[in-house]
Order: sequence, then C-alpha cells, then structure tokens
Amino acid sequence: MTTTAAGREVTYLEAISEALDEEMSRDERVFLMGEDIGPYGGAFRITEGFQKKYGEWRVLDTPLAESGFVGAAIGAAMMGMRPVVEMQFADFISCAFDQITEVAAKNHYRWGAAVPMVIRAPFGGGVHGGPFHSECPEGWFFHSPGLKLVAPSTPYDAKGLLKAAIRDPNPVIYFEHKFLYRRIKAVLPTEDYIVPIGKAEVKRAGTDISVITYGAMVHLALEAAEVLTKEGINLEVVDLRTLMPLDKETVFESVRKTSKAIILHEDNKTGGIGAEVASLLAEECFDCLDGPILRIAAPDTPVPFSTPLEEFFLPKASDVLAAARKLASY
Amino acid sequence: MDAAVVAKDIKRTDLLQMYYYLRLTRTLEDRITALYRQGRIVGGVYTSNGMEAISVGYASALERDDIIAPFHRDMGAFLIRGITPGEVIAQYLGKRTGPTKGKDGNVHMGDLKRGIIGFVSHLADNLPVATGAALAFKLRGEARVVVTNTGDGGTSRGDFHEAMNFAAVRKLPVVFFCNNNQYAYSTPLLLQMAIRDVVERAKAYGMPGEIVDGNDVAAVYLVARQAIRKARAGEGPTFIECKTMRMHGHSEHDSAKYVPRELLEEWKKKDPILKAEQMLTQLGYGDKATFREIEERVQKEVEAGVEFAEQSPLPEGPEALEGVFASEDEVKP
Repeated sequence: MTTTAAGREVTYLEAISEALDEEMSRDERVFLMGEDIGPYGGAFRITEGFQKKYGEWRVLDTPLAESGFVGAAIGAAMMGMRPVVEMQFADFISCAFDQITEVAAKNHYRWGAAVPMVIRAPFGGGVHGGPFHSECPEGWFFHSPGLKLVAPSTPYDAKGLLKAAIRDPNPVIYFEHKFLYRRIKAVLPTEDYIVPIGKAEVKRAGTDISVITYGAMVHLALEAAEVLTKEGINLEVVDLRTLMPLDKETVFESVRKTSKAIILHEDNKTGGIGAEVASLLAEECFDCLDGPILRIAAPDTPVPFSTPLEEFFLPKASDVLAAARKLASY
Repeated sequence: MDAAVVAKDIKRTDLLQMYYYLRLTRTLEDRITALYRQGRIVGGVYTSNGMEAISVGYASALERDDIIAPFHRDMGAFLIRGITPGEVIAQYLGKRTGPTKGKDGNVHMGDLKRGIIGFVSHLADNLPVATGAALAFKLRGEARVVVTNTGDGGTSRGDFHEAMNFAAVRKLPVVFFCNNNQYAYSTPLLLQMAIRDVVERAKAYGMPGEIVDGNDVAAVYLVARQAIRKARAGEGPTFIECKTMRMHGHSEHDSAKYVPRELLEEWKKKDPILKAEQMLTQLGYGDKATFREIEERVQKEVEAGVEFAEQSPLPEGPEALEGVFASEDEVKP
C-alpha cells in the first residue's frame, strides 16, 4: 500500500468523499443521484456539503425508487454522462436488480451501447444493521456478465478504485464496507491516482498459506497473521480488491508459492465468490496444492440482528487461526 | 381526425411521408411473417400490424437529435430513425449485418448514432432509462427530447410508475406513449387494471395526459408534436394513451383465439392505412394512383432488404465472446 507523508490522514469514508469530489471537479460529466444525498449529505454523510458546491442537479435527490433512478443513470450514461448512484444500503440494490442485470449489464453486449456508471453500495455487517442493512450482495452480480465489481479494504484503495470506477466505460458496482467507514485511516497521496480495476494486491507477503479475501475481512486476515507469526506460521494475505474481473494471476501466483489456500469472505458460503475461487484453484493449481482448499464464510442464513447472533454469524479471526493451524499440519 | 384541422396543421408532403412509412412498416412486417411461416426465421416475430400509426406518428414529430426508446410494436419508428428494411430482416435472420450483429433477435434493435435506445423484453424497463436520457439533456441544457412507448400491460410494472413519477418531479423532457392494444399477450385490459383508460394513471403523478385514436396517424402526429414541443420548451413530460387493437397474436406463433372475432372485425374497419388513405383522398393529397405507386415502391425496398439479409453472412460462433465489456475508446471523453 502506497502512502506519502505529504497527504492528509483520512478515514475510509473520507477517502470515498474525496474521490467523488475530485472526480466531479475534474469532469463535469460526473454527477450523483440517490436518496437523501443532497442537503442531508447521505445516510452516511459521504456527500456532506456536495450540493452546496455542485448544485442540486449534479447532486440529485431522487424519489425512493431504486429501479427508477438506476434506470435513469443508465439512460444518462448512454447519453455521455458519468452518473454515480448511491444505494443508501447495499441491501436495497435488490430493488434495482432488473435494471442492473438486464439493462446495464447487457446493453453493450447486445447493441454496443456503453454504460459508464457507478453504483455505490454500502455493504456488510458488524454494525447491528440486521437482515436489511448488513447484506453482502456481491454474489448476485458476480454471475451477471457485463458488470464490474470492486470492494476496497483500505482508504487508499477506496479512493483509487472509486476514481477508476468513475473513469471506466462500463457499469461498476462499488462495494464499500460500512464497518470500515470510520474505523480505518491512512495518509493518502495528494496527487491524483487510481487503483486499476482488475488488480488484486498482496497486502501481506508470506510463505506458508495464502488467505484470499476482500473487504473488511482483509483486516481479519491481517490480525490473524500477526497472531500466527508467533506460532511460526507465515500467512500471505491476498486482497482481491476487484471481484469482477478476478485477478486470477495474482491469486494463482500466491498459491503456487505457498501451496495452501484459505478463502475468506463475509458473504454467505454457498455459491459465494469463494466457491468460484476454490474451483479456479482446483482447476489451475491442483498440482501445487499441499492441502485442501478451505473456505471461511458466513453461514447460509440472512444476517441476524441481535449481538450474539451476529457475532456468531460473522467470520472471526479465531476461524482464520483454526483453519490456518489445520492447513499447517499438512 | 377533422380534415380541416389536418389541412391546417400538417403539410401534404409530411402526411404522404407518414403514409409511406405506414405502408413500408406493414409490407416489411408482412414479409417477415411470411418468412417465419416458411421456417426461415428462428425465434419470435412481433409485429405492429394494425398499430403502425402510433410509432409512425410519434417518430414523424421528432427532430434529428431527439432520442427514442421504443418497444416491440414500434417498427415504424425504427424505420423513420433510419434502420433499413435490410437491417431489420438481417436482425431477424441472426445475420452479422443486423444492428446487434446476431447478439439479439427480432425487434431488440438499438443504435445511439440513429437516436435509438435498444428495446429490452422486460416491458417498461426502458422508461426509467428514457427519463435518464432526458435528465442528461436537462443537465447539459440541450433542447432535446426523448419519446418512449410501452403497452397497456407495461403500465403495470413498477418501472413505469417510478419513471413517470421521476419525470414529473423533475419536469424532464420526455414523452411517454402507451400503446393500449387491449391485450397483454392473452391478458385483457380488465384483468390488467381496474381503470378504463390508462391515461388515468398520469393524474397520480401530476402529469398531463391525453387520449388519442391510435389508428389515426395524423391525430397521433399532432398530439405527439404538441407534447414534444412542450417538453422541449421545458414544460415537462406528457403521457399519451393511444387506443388501438392488436390484430395479430402476441407473437406470430400465437393464434390469439382468446380475442373475440367480432372485436377484430370491428377494428379492421379502422385500419390505420385505410384511415390514412381516406384522409389523403379527402384532402386531395393523394389518390389510388398515389397509393399504388407507394405500394410498389415499398415492395421493391422490402424485397431488396430480403436479398441483402439473405446474402449477409452469419456471425462465427466465437463472436459470441465479444463485446461483454466496452473499451475506453468507445466512450467519448
């Protein structure tokens, strides 16, 4: 992760705001749509002050109608604009599912119309949100050709990936993790930069086991890695950053080095992105595996509300420790 | 439509041009149906038979830089925007020269260079998209208008309501047409909604609504022109219900036995081509010789289209992998 001392320390949330602000200043085609993003500044205050700076048409409060405003973003994108729409919570993206998967995802394939737009989707649990404010819906869209999906884990990546998403000629769903909003900080470069879509990053180099993960789980893996160092187990943490298109090369390279893989995500286990990564490893890295491919993910239930239930539901550092110890014995 | 009004408001050449497109649409779709019956077309065939006046009427009222987001009963609008009969038949035959290069079939055509947003089977999906195109024009201060169309069934979808509401709230330059042809596939209007006129839906959004005889091309053209002028002047959207009748099945495989024959007999007398001929004759804009001449012209154009399409190459299998993502150079900076 690159940082320079010249920059200001910002939270993950501020990094997202900065990316939006800078892209709106840089490119007048960029505009924002969503619920309560105007004078209120959005449910998480990402767009606080934006309407004052850019006016009520470039920071457009919409009616409560996700399908309607995602469809409108598609139309505006096809006419040469660069809309960024905010889902108040990623969970509500289900209301716009049809527009995303049938219109945005298929237009270019069907008749050559590019749809350069971004959907920001605040996702993930650990914030006492319950079944409708904690979901990880990335798996639904992973299976829809034509969409790009990104999920940053750090302020640096949050800013760089959002800028890359806005500049991309395709529909990009940007999964920002709510749990990380105000919990992590970093000093960011003052100059303009992007994090290219389609590039994973090794967040911690190691030799014994690859943990392939993304989003808030990256921090869980890093935490576990520190503990395991004392036991002589050296984890490599691969942050996918982009979920679609997957950076297979970086994943394969890591696993070819360590010969062991744990796939960790917060989404439900069955049919999740981890299942695809595991299949790819079985197909492409079978010869170099020294143990079973292990998956750590949430159980196949909705995200429960009550604290003990949610704590049980979410993957924990102890799960990573147990999986790593098991794999180390092979 | 009152002939005196038409004489005053529509030029002879314009009305004759609309008549030409009515004939071209009918002849083209009849020819496609014939190809289907001969087993030369795979997949569905959806025609606008008996409803041609709607898309010919609204598309004739647009300026060159305007945009349409049509649905599957709007062949006339595709033709007016410049899709050729040859391209349409190539599209039906899955040829590489069709507007989607074989990626999609039948009326799922789009081409932004000709101002056409491609049709999506999920009815009403393109209504929010149309509002977004209109929003782009409003954001950039361009005097351009979007016209979109859906069926009576399409107005039951949430996307219809979300689009109508958003367009009204933001006074967007968009005109919503509704082709009320009495049936959504086999479902009659009375099982689709508890209101008699679809136009009543517009009231809920504070949007002006109009009912027009969908089989009268002059009437559709005039009401469209007025709504488009209003939209262009920044006075917001209009909803226009066109009363018509679907004379064929939902698709050509559908015999539509569920439609009472008497109803079809009654509507046959109100055929849009017949009506246009009556109007042209009454105004002295054309006679039998004029109509015959146009008929011969469109026959030739359609046959040339069949030849073009049949001689066009099919795509190669691996082309199926192309185009999932757009590249940067396709999007203007």
